[in-house]
Amino acid sequence: MSTATKPSAPGAGAGQGSGSEPIKAIPARHPGRWVATVLVLAFVVVFLLAISTNKNFEWGIVGQYFTTSAILRGLLVTIELTVIAMVIGVVLGVVLAVMRLSPVPVISGSSWVYIWFFRGTPVLVQLLFWFYIAALTGPHPALGLPLTHFHHFVYHLDANRLITPFTAAIFGLGLNEGAYMAEIVRAGILSVDEGQTEAAQSLGMTRLKTMRLVVLPQAMRVIIPPTGNETISMLKTSSLASTISLLELTGTAEQIFARTFQTVPLLIVASLWYLAVTSVLTAGQFYVERHYARGHLRTLPPTPIQRLRAIFTKNVTTFHAGVPPPPAVPGGERR
Amino acid sequence: MTSNDGGGHMVKAESVHKHFGKAHVLKGVDFEVEPKQVIVIIGPSGSGKTTFIRCINHLEKIDGGRLWVDGELVGYEQKGDKLYELHDRDVARKRSEIGMVFQRFNLFPPMTAIENVMVGPIQVKGESRAAARDQAKKLLDRVGLTQKMDAYPAQLSGGQQQRVAIARALAMQPKLMLFDEPTSALDPELVGEVLDVMRQLATEGMTMIVVTHEIGFAREVGDALVFMDEGVILEAGKPREVVANPQHERTRQFLSKVL
Ligand SMILES: Nc1ncnc2c1ncn2[C@@H]1O[C@H](COP(=O)(O)OP(=O)(O)OP(=O)(O)O)[C@@H](O)[C@H]1O
Ligand SMILES: [Mg+2]
Repeated sequence: MSTATKPSAPGAGAGQGSGSEPIKAIPARHPGRWVATVLVLAFVVVFLLAISTNKNFEWGIVGQYFTTSAILRGLLVTIELTVIAMVIGVVLGVVLAVMRLSPVPVISGSSWVYIWFFRGTPVLVQLLFWFYIAALTGPHPALGLPLTHFHHFVYHLDANRLITPFTAAIFGLGLNEGAYMAEIVRAGILSVDEGQTEAAQSLGMTRLKTMRLVVLPQAMRVIIPPTGNETISMLKTSSLASTISLLELTGTAEQIFARTFQTVPLLIVASLWYLAVTSVLTAGQFYVERHYARGHLRTLPPTPIQRLRAIFTKNVTTFHAGVPPPPAVPGGERR
Repeated sequence: MTSNDGGGHMVKAESVHKHFGKAHVLKGVDFEVEPKQVIVIIGPSGSGKTTFIRCINHLEKIDGGRLWVDGELVGYEQKGDKLYELHDRDVARKRSEIGMVFQRFNLFPPMTAIENVMVGPIQVKGESRAAARDQAKKLLDRVGLTQKMDAYPAQLSGGQQQRVAIARALAMQPKLMLFDEPTSALDPELVGEVLDVMRQLATEGMTMIVVTHEIGFAREVGDALVFMDEGVILEAGKPREVVANPQHERTRQFLSKVL
């Protein structure tokens, strides 16, 4: 940090002539915070002791299954499902949102109907629907089969069907997600000041170029946080695919405990993996958000790593009076 | 081509009308600008100044009369005695020849100053990054912002932002520049730096239509001063003459408030 050479604003330097020195102040004391901290920590310790010693949790079995190949394979399917469904959802969402804002009634209307339909029906029903369609496209047409025999029927299908349970799940989750993403993207687009569109158009950009180069990049700031939410939500919603006999993480755990009756430990295994992936996604979201904050904040917030580094280099928080904000955003944020 | 193509004028308006729903905002505006002229438009709030200059680059659609820029109809094409609406792409191409500077700057926040100036030539004219960069540097130098090339708009003062906005418009090498109250959102001490840039532009022979209440600027560089009121041009003439000796009572009243 550079030392300010300019005279400081009046009042900042405690009356002594050289006001450019950093302020060294003793932090205010908050005894209440200490009491609260101790209580919370005590509670956490008791809780951890309780679950680690409780026989029902069978931590040994959890450890045993945590990295078995079946579980890892299930985890991979869950991740694939989440990623592909979200990609479909986002692309579809952008297209639907742009359509929805079109001046042509048929275009905006069809987008409205899509959103109305896919938001208005349960995703589980949509999954079953696609799976049923999948079943009907199989080599053994089974029209008129009662739904009660459905699951039994499913297990005897040929492997070379047009739509596998995996593709059915992709369709079900992705198309449904598109409807939700469309509303998120639309909110993002509407959040961008109209002056931006006008400035772009007065430079001679067409409507689509304006959207792609000026509006959408700025809409991202509003779009990213709920999209992170949607992704995390999708990670868990993908477990519904176990109902159409897809062996993703939950389905795999279910399949194992149906055999071994070690229900609780296997549910814990699945939960821990969901938590792990959610943590990774949350971290990813932080960095994406930071990227799109470029230009909207005078200085970007520090990353956790930068914050840690600041603590370890014993960077006492200093306040300089009259120092202008840094000229550029830190850390290679520019293209 | 058309028989009456606003021949020779940079801008020609013939009885231009514009409604917003039921509100009749422009009620027959007749107007001419010759190449290299600087026209200053003044008038009370709500008189239709913004609406009119937005019509010139088709940000608003006119619904009566005719409007030409450099001999071509704005937003339409005339074949025989029928008018055809132009496609988005053609409207965009024509807009690229008209620079516009807004009251609230409207710079693109995620781009640095120089990127703001480069984006038009690259994306609209298909120029190379290197060429666009060279030109952008020269333009930023011209508006006195060489130091601030890599700053984001949020890191610039209002006056600096407006100068970047002018450079951004100039990067398209427009034949006409429209200014809508370019200094109204600025602190008084920042107004001068923007007017300086505009003054310089005028001496270089740029055709300009400027909505502003800076009467000093009008007197100094304006070739004509136009007074708009309630959707019509009430009077127009040499700035000094209009200011010194307004013909209408409304003009007199208005001038007494802004002078
Ligand atoms: N998009 C719109 N929809 C409805 N009415 C509008 C719209 N834009 C402008 N108007 C109306 O048209 C009239 C003229 O507005 P305009 O912005 O052209 O005035 P102005 O002369 O630029 O005023 P100011 O000096 O305040 O900028 C006003 O009564 C305004 O309310
Ligand atoms: Mg206005």
